[in-house]
Amino acid sequence: MSLKVVVDWDLCQDHGQCAFAAPEVFEIGEDGRMRVLIEEPDESLRGAVEDAADVCPVQAIRLEG
Amino acid sequence: MTSQRALVVGAGLGGLRTAEALRAAGFTGQVLVIGDEDWAPYNRPPLSKEALAGELEHDKLAFRVRSNAADVVWRHGERVHSADLDGRTVTLGSGETLGYDALVAATGVSARRLPLPGPPPTAAGGRHVIRTLDDAIGLRAVLVPGARVVVLGAGFIGCEVAATARKLGCEVDCVAIDLLPMIRPLGVELAAELQRRHEVQGVTFHLGVGVTEFLGDEHVTGVVLSDDTRLDADVVLEALGSRCNVAWLEGNGLDLTDGVLTDTALRPLRAGAPVDGVAAVGDVVRFPNLRFDDRAWRVEHWNIPTDSGRRAGAVLSAYLGDEGYDEVAGAPWTLLPSFWSDQYDTRLQSYGMPGLADPDGIRLLEGTLDDECVVGYHRGDDLVGVVGIGMLRAVNGYRDKVGRAVSDG
Repeated sequence: MSLKVVVDWDLCQDHGQCAFAAPEVFEIGEDGRMRVLIEEPDESLRGAVEDAADVCPVQAIRLEG
Repeated sequence: MTSQRALVVGAGLGGLRTAEALRAAGFTGQVLVIGDEDWAPYNRPPLSKEALAGELEHDKLAFRVRSNAADVVWRHGERVHSADLDGRTVTLGSGETLGYDALVAATGVSARRLPLPGPPPTAAGGRHVIRTLDDAIGLRAVLVPGARVVVLGAGFIGCEVAATARKLGCEVDCVAIDLLPMIRPLGVELAAELQRRHEVQGVTFHLGVGVTEFLGDEHVTGVVLSDDTRLDADVVLEALGSRCNVAWLEGNGLDLTDGVLTDTALRPLRAGAPVDGVAAVGDVVRFPNLRFDDRAWRVEHWNIPTDSGRRAGAVLSAYLGDEGYDEVAGAPWTLLPSFWSDQYDTRLQSYGMPGLADPDGIRLLEGTLDDECVVGYHRGDDLVGVVGIGMLRAVNGYRDKVGRAVSDG
């Protein structure tokens, strides 16, 4: 089963810390809003996405699978 | 599976991240976490911000535990009374003694209270602090429209609660011995701008004064300030900083003057030498961060428990497994302190240690102070910190320029 990145957009406040932990998966857009670049990342990115979930100040990121 | 035990004292974010890091680094023995709160680890920053204004529920604030740490044993609602680092045991408040092979001090800090007589220092006495979820629930119940709230202390937590209380329709006075709110981390210009923003929102500041008296018997009715001002109060919040929860480590020859003094492997120092098999993490650890200098600092920012917990987990796992311990412990390791604060529509984001700046080393880097901006904090020619109001992308762009270019562990 592949990984799935789930962001609770009601919680997300665009802190942008995820984009440093997992730049392949998250990015801060020109408008200052967070974006998910890869919703179903490869297993090799699991650690980075877990790190991104850890450093989210509002704990809006969840990794399924 | 070895029969070793890693004992983590403190079930907050630092304890959680250390437990996860022990597993991530390959430790297969028992990980036992003991915490004095009744709650599983939860996120504290919202307690003075959005959660205080909205829903204060543990399941909305609880941290998810990584799947690799699903077998960690948690004992909540128990207090560790003392530790014997030579005998490798801790004793709980109940009298029970537990042995360990590795010990983690993740006991954090408690809110400091004013040592003045008067109504009892409890929510029932109208004297609140805000550190735990239970504290926040108690405070939330009395932040009702029209309530007269006196916030003692104008640091981040005091100012965040002041903003939240205004949002909830309370009348807010903020009292501090400092001359400007949040001046120590932010410096004069930014602090003055934030004071202005609070005043626009209706907060009344009383700065450069102390509190000499609490009024009221069973419940606080007001405070008297050192300039003889009397402020009526239905609610008093004591947001006066913290004291470290280190009493349980006394008697072991450690330096506990401001948290637990450690080396860069987060091992406590005894007579200048690290104590193997022990680590301190989170708000309670005072450690040299070579990204800035070789002085030991204790930093109460939200990213410290996670970054120090990962470091401690790696060092202790290597120690317990007797695999590359000297290499892991001796490897260069630094972290980048980071904080944010939300007050009304103002979002502050900082990287580094702005408090280390020279008095004349604070300069506007981008934007304008009364709107959105990035302020740089310099010590000599070195950028030691940045603080942004808004301008997230711009602030984040300075992240790698803060401090010396040492690799983050």
